[in-house]
Amino acid sequence: MTVLEKFYQRDIRALSRIISFVENREEGYRQLLGELYRMVGHGLRIGITGPPGAGKSTLVNRLVHRFVADGKTVAVIAVDPTSPFSGGALLGDRVRMQEFPAAEQVYFRSMATRGATGGLAAATDNIAVVMEAFGYDVVLIETVGVGQVELDIIDACDTVVVTLVPESGDAVQAMKAGLMEISDVMVINKADRPGSENLIDELKSALHLQKRDPDAWQIPIIATEGINDKNIDLLYEKILEHDAFTRNNGRFDAHRREQIKKKIINILRNRFQREFLDTLAGQVSFEQIVDDIYYGRQNPFQVGEDLYDAFGRK
Amino acid sequence: MAEKIRVLLAKPGLDGHDRGIKVIAAAFRDAGMEVIYTGLRQTPPMIVDAAIQEDVDAIGVSILSGAHMTLFPAILKEMKEKGAGDIILFGGGIVPDEEIKELEALGVAKVFTPGAPTEESIRFLREAVGKKKSDEKIM
Repeated sequence: MTVLEKFYQRDIRALSRIISFVENREEGYRQLLGELYRMVGHGLRIGITGPPGAGKSTLVNRLVHRFVADGKTVAVIAVDPTSPFSGGALLGDRVRMQEFPAAEQVYFRSMATRGATGGLAAATDNIAVVMEAFGYDVVLIETVGVGQVELDIIDACDTVVVTLVPESGDAVQAMKAGLMEISDVMVINKADRPGSENLIDELKSALHLQKRDPDAWQIPIIATEGINDKNIDLLYEKILEHDAFTRNNGRFDAHRREQIKKKIINILRNRFQREFLDTLAGQVSFEQIVDDIYYGRQNPFQVGEDLYDAFGRK
Repeated sequence: MAEKIRVLLAKPGLDGHDRGIKVIAAAFRDAGMEVIYTGLRQTPPMIVDAAIQEDVDAIGVSILSGAHMTLFPAILKEMKEKGAGDIILFGGGIVPDEEIKELEALGVAKVFTPGAPTEESIRFLREAVGKKKSDEKIM
């Protein structure tokens, strides 16, 4: 029996093996994804993002238990960074995941970024496809601890929860482009710490300053205490509310369509990039070119033009 | 791309001494591996379930409580029952030589004792994973 046949029989080891197969881009992974893609419907995909130490994993743990109590099956992808120096990674999000039921109900997978810089791994959305095809109702994706511009989560999810803490800074931080703009639900976690009320007030007024149409979703700001399980029910409700809201007003469809378009462009870009660099690698000595530029005989802009003209036009 | 070694590190049982396993976790990370660290007080079923979901090549456990003759066999049994007998199980702890032999006869691939250099465990893991061959067909 092939691993895929076992996967169809809902074998957990087969699911794990196929996730690795896709993550490692082993021979034939695109074909397999194409197969699984047909089985994927419009299940709930939720992203949890925010700076390091904001309590994302703890919130994920709490939310998983809420979904389970509602009779849902959940798959979690928790992303942690790969070291750019050693290529290794320490994936520690499991530490916060406690008392999970059997894998048929809750499946948890840690992923390393492996060089991607948008807060997710390159294969994260593909893994979500695998999990959904296996039959999980909900996919929860936890990003690495992010700063201001790691916003890939928006292309992998339908509902994005941005988690901040009282120490995250003032409203001017929040008003900078980035995290605020992708949030559907805002959480101030560790709200028992000093400064949380201030931050909430400032965030509220910052949200009022954002240009928005009156029928749009009103972003809720929720003060939570993950470890004390405080206000998690409210967070859970708001996530479901946002999901229902976007499904009713067409926003969900529009967002998914946009994601599909970006996905195609991404696949093409990767393909072109890889092929072009492979072509170059066979025929061009970068050492020589770098020498020429370093000693002022050439400049990088002209070199780029020349290489494109010589190898890029087909 | 050469496949990355994925290894699960866990502390089974009631044993809070996690200095050693954190040293190992950092050493494996710096050797280019993906280390899934589960933390303290893990039961054998929790460890094996996590290993299966994470699709790791190996499970490493640190046992400083003296309960190694109970915990290692319990983990091995759990692995066999869940069809994960092919995952490499190794560990570290204060284990007398005779008991190391016993554990290795049961199926523990290697037991490291205090003072073992991290390079030794890295070398062991690379060799053991390198020998693992799978002929399963994906599709």
